[in-house]
Amino acid sequence: MAALRYLYFPGCKLTPFLPDYDRDTRAVLAALDVTLEESELNCCGYPMRHNDFTAAMYCGVRVLALAGHKGLPLLTPCKCCYGNLKQADYWMRRSSDLRRRMNTLLEKEGLFWREDLVVRHLLTALDQDIGPARLGARVRRPLDRLKVAAHYGCHALRPGDVTQFDNPLAPTIFERVLAATGARCVEWPLRLECCGQPLWEKNDRLALALTRRKLVDAREAGARVLATACTYCQLQFDQARGPGDPAAVSVSKILAAAFEIEEAEVSGFEF
Amino acid sequence: MRLTYFAYLAASICLAGVLYRLGRWFVLPLGPESLETTPLRRGINAGRAVFAAVIHPRRLALMLRALLLEVAGQRQILRQSPLRWVMHMALSFGILLLLLVHTFDDYTVARLFSDYAATLNPYMLLRNLLGLLALAGVIVALARRWRDPVIRGTTRRADRLLLWLLAAIVVSGAVLEAAQIVSPNFFDQMVVDYMGSDDPEEIAPLKAYWAKYFDVAFTPPPAADAAALEEGAQLHADYCASCHARPTSAVMAYPLARAFKPLAATMARIDLETWLWYAHYLISCLALALLPFTKLFHLLTTPLSLMVRAQGPAAADAAVNRPARRAMGLDACTHCGECSRHCSVAPIFQVIPNREILPSEKLSGVARLAAGRTSPRTAMALAEGSFICTACGRCTLWCPSGIDLQDLWAASKKDLRRSGYPDPHGWIRRHSASQWAEILAGHAAPAAAKPAVCLTDNPNTFWACVQCSTCTNVCPVVAVSADPQRDLEMTPQQVMNLMRLQLKEAAMGARMVWDCVTCYKCQEHCPQGVRVADVLYELRNEACRRLSFAQERRASNPNRTTIIPPASSEGKPGA
Ligand code: SF4
Ligand code: SF4
Ligand code: SF4
Ligand code: SF4
Repeated sequence: MAALRYLYFPGCKLTPFLPDYDRDTRAVLAALDVTLEESELNCCGYPMRHNDFTAAMYCGVRVLALAGHKGLPLLTPCKCCYGNLKQADYWMRRSSDLRRRMNTLLEKEGLFWREDLVVRHLLTALDQDIGPARLGARVRRPLDRLKVAAHYGCHALRPGDVTQFDNPLAPTIFERVLAATGARCVEWPLRLECCGQPLWEKNDRLALALTRRKLVDAREAGARVLATACTYCQLQFDQARGPGDPAAVSVSKILAAAFEIEEAEVSGFEF
Repeated sequence: MRLTYFAYLAASICLAGVLYRLGRWFVLPLGPESLETTPLRRGINAGRAVFAAVIHPRRLALMLRALLLEVAGQRQILRQSPLRWVMHMALSFGILLLLLVHTFDDYTVARLFSDYAATLNPYMLLRNLLGLLALAGVIVALARRWRDPVIRGTTRRADRLLLWLLAAIVVSGAVLEAAQIVSPNFFDQMVVDYMGSDDPEEIAPLKAYWAKYFDVAFTPPPAADAAALEEGAQLHADYCASCHARPTSAVMAYPLARAFKPLAATMARIDLETWLWYAHYLISCLALALLPFTKLFHLLTTPLSLMVRAQGPAAADAAVNRPARRAMGLDACTHCGECSRHCSVAPIFQVIPNREILPSEKLSGVARLAAGRTSPRTAMALAEGSFICTACGRCTLWCPSGIDLQDLWAASKKDLRRSGYPDPHGWIRRHSASQWAEILAGHAAPAAAKPAVCLTDNPNTFWACVQCSTCTNVCPVVAVSADPQRDLEMTPQQVMNLMRLQLKEAAMGARMVWDCVTCYKCQEHCPQGVRVADVLYELRNEACRRLSFAQERRASNPNRTTIIPPASSEGKPGA
């Protein structure tokens, strides 16, 4: 099988706020013989979507164009980045007006948008490009004592026609990836609900109410770990976690533990 | 000499300016921490911190390391761009060493070497080389500001003027030296002073010698027969050689002197060399006086900033020290523009032409805000730029002055909120949906500002909505509210109904629209395929545009009645 190569898109918040997730993701992908290329990329545009659609799209389109310039598929461990990059791609296909405006801006830098560019989220790369079988084969220490709640996050999953992540109403991709480590995934009613992060610093009370609701639901479903695959979700669960709540752990850390890449330990929790 | 007074005046202005700027580090309110302390306490704590750093061996070592690698070696710039490093090294060392061996030669080289004379080598050669070095630095710096599109966009007149000022000092110095080389007046004066003679017969051989070997342009040129030259050489050795090397080693001034030779008579008649001397002296005084009030100040502040930075980020420092660190950071900025070149959100500037999006520009906005020198309009622009920042930290990583920009932005966002300039979500919270409908009604932005995709203006977006309320039923924000009408003013389905009726304005300021968590569940579940969440996004976008448009209008016509209510009405809907 040809070695996989991606242009790595960490997104703005990852390195300054979740260096762990960044490190674990790189380690896991390296263990799977995936090569990550790097170059300086701008913000995906997601945070701007509240303020200005065109600006948010330009950010996303520019990242796509830079990846196209390198001729590499993009890989991001953040679902909000993934979502906005897919939104940019979607609207570029759909709106000739947007295409015209974006191309004028890109041309100034000698860039252009490529229709055939592939955007991957960490999970879609693990599931579709690498495959659960290869994940399973790399597992050194099956996590069969682990009861985990897979948190889907919104912006990769929905709107399904834009993001093409999985079945938006009944996704299974996250469970497939987690199951490859031997972990047991719990059924929990709020599995597909929002973590609340998009309202953080905008309406903290409401944001926390949404986060708490999910944490309680995951706990009641018997999960000891709530698995995330998004920078923003992870940040939000970390800041809302109360005593007795399941620990939010990134998919990369869970895989790293199963691969025995390092002594993967989470505060107050051991695999 | 009368000119010396100017030097003293410039030095006093410089000193007073430096003290003033340093004093402000302990006064400027930067960040919420500044509210809980006093200038005195800030000053005392800063003094303590410095003392602690100096007596602590490890921290002292860190500072000295920064002094060597970052300040003297400018390692950060070298990592970023070798060409820029060469430029900055040439400029900074050119200027600094010129100050040392030329400007203040009386106190430095003249004290060290008893036989020092400015017209002897190696001093003459060194001075000229350093001048060339500094000039090369200025030229590369100007070219860089012109060549890179981002840097060109952020370059201010002050940046260029300052470079021209430095160039003017060097060039006027070189021209002055050239004029002195060819000047017969200067020669006569020197002969009177050092040879003690004004007898033309006696001086003639020396004249011949100096005309031939020192390029003095006498009119008419003295006869230069071998005998005269030989006698001239003897006189030269007796009276001049201990102070004068041949001007050929004045590598910058000598070519100029050769070029000036044909004009020497005119130059001598109008006494140009005296005027040039005034010019060179006064421009240099001007630069000295301007030092604390321009970015030349970074000569002092950037080394300090780098040494403080070596102690760790501001967040790890005591709260009481943070405001002063931020103020020092503001003064340490050289407006080099590197932060803006690498800023994650810089591309947005291409779409929203607000300079405050770019960190290098936002910095001066923050300084103005802290100094209380903002208008509502500039504060609004600063807020827009500040809240676009994603706190990615890249600017901090790149800043060659070691400014903890990430900490500065976190603090300034809080300051903006506190002074009544929050992000759009904060603005909207001030009034009810119906109040916003009224406020924003007249401020539809011009067609040119329309987004590339506009769902809400297209009736097709909503015509399929059958008001089934599925969107409301799946909405998590509605679900966590005990009383949606009270908390959210309307439900997603009701928003869609207003849109069907083309009552965009009535929906724009509704809590539901701004408390939407953007989960897209409504859109995914809508049986009619209505893009509910996209519409809510668009309503927020439209309100943002109208907010800034209204602010623009208000700024251009203060008497307008339909304005955004002032900041003092925060938390009091309808005030
Ligand atoms: S922290 Fe903000 S200002 Fe600095 S580079 Fe990132 S987005 Fe730009
Ligand atoms: S903040 Fe730093 S990087 Fe930005 S312009 Fe100032 S000195 Fe340069
Ligand atoms: S937008 Fe869709 S889900 Fe909402 S009320 Fe209309 S048809 Fe129903
Ligand atoms: S996108 Fe907004 S309105 Fe739609 S369901 Fe989610 S929170 Fe509710």
